[in-house]
Amino acid sequence: MILLGVLVAFGGFVLQTSMGGVNRKIIARLQKRYGPKWYQEFLDIFKLLSKRATSHGWIFDFGVIMALGGIIATAMFMPVSNNIIAFPGYDNFFIFVYLIAVGMLGMAMSASGSGNPLASIGVMRALTTMLAYEVPFMVIVLTIIKLSKSSSLSAIALSQQAGGDFNWFIIALPLGGVVAFISLLGMLGKKPFETYIAPAELASGPMVEYGGKQLGMLFIMHEITVFIEVALFVHLFLGGAENLLIFLVKYFLVYAIANLVSNVFGRFKIDQVVVFFYKWILPLAIIQAVIALYLGWVI
Amino acid sequence: MKSTRFSPVTNLSKEEVDRKWWEIGDFFRRNSLWMLMYCTGCCAIELPPAMTSAYDMERLGMGPMATPRQADVLLVTGYLSLKTLRRIVYTYEQMSEPKYVVGFGSCTINGGIYHDSHAVINQLDQYIPVDSYVAGCMPNTEAVMNGFIDLMDLIKNKKADGWKRYKENNAWYKKNQLDSLVEVNVHDEFHE
Repeated sequence: MILLGVLVAFGGFVLQTSMGGVNRKIIARLQKRYGPKWYQEFLDIFKLLSKRATSHGWIFDFGVIMALGGIIATAMFMPVSNNIIAFPGYDNFFIFVYLIAVGMLGMAMSASGSGNPLASIGVMRALTTMLAYEVPFMVIVLTIIKLSKSSSLSAIALSQQAGGDFNWFIIALPLGGVVAFISLLGMLGKKPFETYIAPAELASGPMVEYGGKQLGMLFIMHEITVFIEVALFVHLFLGGAENLLIFLVKYFLVYAIANLVSNVFGRFKIDQVVVFFYKWILPLAIIQAVIALYLGWVI
Repeated sequence: MKSTRFSPVTNLSKEEVDRKWWEIGDFFRRNSLWMLMYCTGCCAIELPPAMTSAYDMERLGMGPMATPRQADVLLVTGYLSLKTLRRIVYTYEQMSEPKYVVGFGSCTINGGIYHDSHAVINQLDQYIPVDSYVAGCMPNTEAVMNGFIDLMDLIKNKKADGWKRYKENNAWYKKNQLDSLVEVNVHDEFHE
């Protein structure tokens, strides 16, 4: 049980790290470059873990460990396919919403503990971005929960699979699919909503004071976070997975498309991110919810 | 690039084991060099073609990084005035520890065309340890890429030990820095 959970978290790390390398290669080919090796991100992480690091106090070190631990704990609950699920019955959507906050808050605490003003600005922007994308995403997810009469991820996935092939919520709720995908870009910190990382402006935001081992742990945490978010999208909108292979294919497609989309954009300013989400994406989400729940037009 | 192989671990003496682990670490370190670009000199103009489609240094695992804490390689691109030298000492001392320096152009070797200026230092190696030089005024992009490959070979052969030299001969480096700058005060501005 617990072993399977640890395996899911570790497998998610390995999967997302390889996917990250493959996607860097895809982007490189788009830009007519050769690109790094597909296992480049593993090299990066192990190199970081092999370096010596400075500390900025107890909070700084503890926050990193708390972030990594919180994210691993979150990933353990993630169902991978219909059969591969560590804790059946405990894969409620809200478990992820609550537990993922532990990791995020750990990182925010640690970054603020470094005392660097750029880190504080980065954390502030990350929380503002979260405020922007969470509301429309929640509206869509609550619509899905209402439609499928369950908030368990595997139950939502099963209810989509029960309707036959391609009876997915991304097709049944097209506006909602768009909203969720754009929110996913925000969650992953991809280009148009990369405001809180902004290497040229904030010197990589919350990560500004990290080097060596702490940065390595944060990279591992980031990979597992991406795994959780993309897997959430797969289960909520793409009908989950009957087996591991289907999960891998769907996962790769979602992550690759998010990468491709993000690489043609520049970067929003923080006020533009908030205005964009509240002015355009939130109304779309509400229209979709009204159409689906009150008019009953679910394709 | 040449392929890399580890020889199998046989005997269990402590130094041997440490050396093996260090070799494994060197494999990761040389295949994932993150750069901190100190672009105050004119050689910096060679970096964009090296980073983008023309020469693509990402295939060597190199990439730009935003802060000294995250970076492994400090690229000093060209001449250094006394003002920028102070910043480079601060930057170098902030980097986390297996750290390397690449000096670009003839300015970092012997002063180049600025050798008789009153405001420009002539030899970078007297102030911070330099692992690899890229000669030329300016070096062309092939030379820059070759300099990075050289640095990787140096790391592989355990010759890129500038950060160790900086520790061992710290008094000498500090004296040189103080002679030029009068005062070098690396301190934590945020916790005062």
